[in-house]
Amino acid sequence: MEKKEPLLQVTNLKKHFPIKNSFGFTKNHVKAVDGISFELYEGETFCLVGESGCGKSTAGRTILRLTEPTEGEVIYEGKNIVDYNPKEMLNIRKKMQMMFQDPFSSLNPRKRIGTILEEPLDIHGIGKPKERTDIVMDLLNRLGFQADQYYRYPYEFSGGQRQRIGLARALIMNPDLIICDEPVSALDVSIQSQILNLLREIQDEFNLTYLFISHDLSVVRHIGDRIGVMYLGKIVETGPTDQIFQDPKHPYTKALLSAIPSPNPHRKRERIELNGEIPSPIDPPTGCAFHTRCPFAMDICKKETPKNLEVESEQFVACHLYTEEGAKEKEMTNA
Amino acid sequence: MEAAIEKTNKAQLQKEMKKQQRKLMLKRLLRSRMALTGFIILIVATIITFAAPLITSHDPLQVDPVNRLQAPSADHYFGTDDVGRDVFSRVVYGIQESMFVGLAVAFVTAILGIIFGLYSAYYNTLDHIIMRINDGLMAFPSILLAIAIMAALGPKTVNVIIALSVVYTPLIARVVRSSALVIKEQTYIEAMKSMGGSSNRIIWRHIAPNTLSPLLVQATFVFAMAIINEAMLSFLGAGIPAPEPSLGNILYDGKNVITKAWWMTLFPGLAVILITLGLNMFGDGMRDILDPHSNKSN
Repeated sequence: MEKKEPLLQVTNLKKHFPIKNSFGFTKNHVKAVDGISFELYEGETFCLVGESGCGKSTAGRTILRLTEPTEGEVIYEGKNIVDYNPKEMLNIRKKMQMMFQDPFSSLNPRKRIGTILEEPLDIHGIGKPKERTDIVMDLLNRLGFQADQYYRYPYEFSGGQRQRIGLARALIMNPDLIICDEPVSALDVSIQSQILNLLREIQDEFNLTYLFISHDLSVVRHIGDRIGVMYLGKIVETGPTDQIFQDPKHPYTKALLSAIPSPNPHRKRERIELNGEIPSPIDPPTGCAFHTRCPFAMDICKKETPKNLEVESEQFVACHLYTEEGAKEKEMTNA
Repeated sequence: MEAAIEKTNKAQLQKEMKKQQRKLMLKRLLRSRMALTGFIILIVATIITFAAPLITSHDPLQVDPVNRLQAPSADHYFGTDDVGRDVFSRVVYGIQESMFVGLAVAFVTAILGIIFGLYSAYYNTLDHIIMRINDGLMAFPSILLAIAIMAALGPKTVNVIIALSVVYTPLIARVVRSSALVIKEQTYIEAMKSMGGSSNRIIWRHIAPNTLSPLLVQATFVFAMAIINEAMLSFLGAGIPAPEPSLGNILYDGKNVITKAWWMTLFPGLAVILITLGLNMFGDGMRDILDPHSNKSN
């Protein structure tokens, strides 16, 4: 892949939630997202994976400025949208949409499907009411709904159907980028694949870029072009999906991948088991955040945060196993 | 041509859907015996309110000292009071007055309550200010506060409405706020924000409709309480001024002669009880009917 301009570039994005004591003074911060950087290229699917609580959903919401970032830049088509005022932001919101995890709470129970889908058009002042109805009808039709379902209420639909309605709502503005926040994790496996395939079809048809947030590695393998593995608010490894699945570099990625059940019981695998709990994001470990659970941890991991290095082409890893400092220490212990 | 057909189809579909919805609502109202009883009582009270001049043959203010303290008869259904006024007419006009005051209070408090409740739920800083004022108002015993306001404003029907509205607005604001706080955290509100919906759109088009059922239920209860409190204020002489009939001041006139003329206290008392009972039953029934999730069971 040749280097082109990224559609979205996230640089050192941080989101710290203050914890207040009973007098209203800030006592501490939950470092939900603690300096992540990645790029999204047009037409690709970039997946953020990690266990629950690692800050991947917060990252998605912060990029859309549903929560204000504490620090960092979100550069969309060359402009930093973090400093945008609400009016400028409104224009960006046309192009960036979000699809949500919970199909049951993401649709207003008191509104008809048609009204829900027409709302974004209404907000951005597109078309007259009748034209809006036509746009919505067309899209519903495209996503496999019947005309009469336009007048139905959300409770009359199943989870998978609701998720398709959620997708329709994201698509209605004809966006460039959709942030999918665990869009299939609340669904049955059979419905999951249906939604994932729909997402792919739509991607080609509407020329979409996805930021796909998930904890499910099999889903990620199916849909992702590139993945970013998050641990405790930081991205520890990024790279093309196939490359990472075949040859993970970071010990955490290795552990995650070795936990995927294999359909072939005779295949011998290297298993890396992690001990202990994920540390608290209020007081993350010094140095490399993963050192408390890492089977390969060295002294330097406790002291210094590892830099993000391109270990193989396009595959970036933040781990002392690959840094010069780490190599030095390894030599010393071996000697 | 085809498009035209499609359009009429669409319109028909929509009409059909709305009809179905309405049918469902009515069905559930009829099924719930309690709500239905309450509803019938309210209908009767409403009819009495509007048809007061038609069903009474005597002027409620007409004094007739010769025929005072007469027992119920064919001419005076509920007898006459200590100055010879027809108790039936007085009760009917009293009901009219009570219904008017109750409805007005319910209406005013619902509107003020939803405004205060929604904005304090949505904006954090405003919440502290509004809710502390609310706490202050709720700390007073309601009847005491009402009497104090009446004492300041003077006995007049409009002032009764103002006093009772001040007393009950905090109650509704609380209910609206608490359900708005829950709805605010729903994903569809976040979805609205992500699409760029303005705060006012989110508050009025998305949060407000979802707080409507607890609001309506609470408003019926306020309606009932306003009727009781209006009677109480009038009984104490701080409500609707004397010659004007109100359920409270008929009771007040009756208490002096309660041993001689039981009809003077029984009938207005019954009216207060029945109307509040009806309102409460109706409110309880509404709670179930208005819940969109209970649609599933049908």
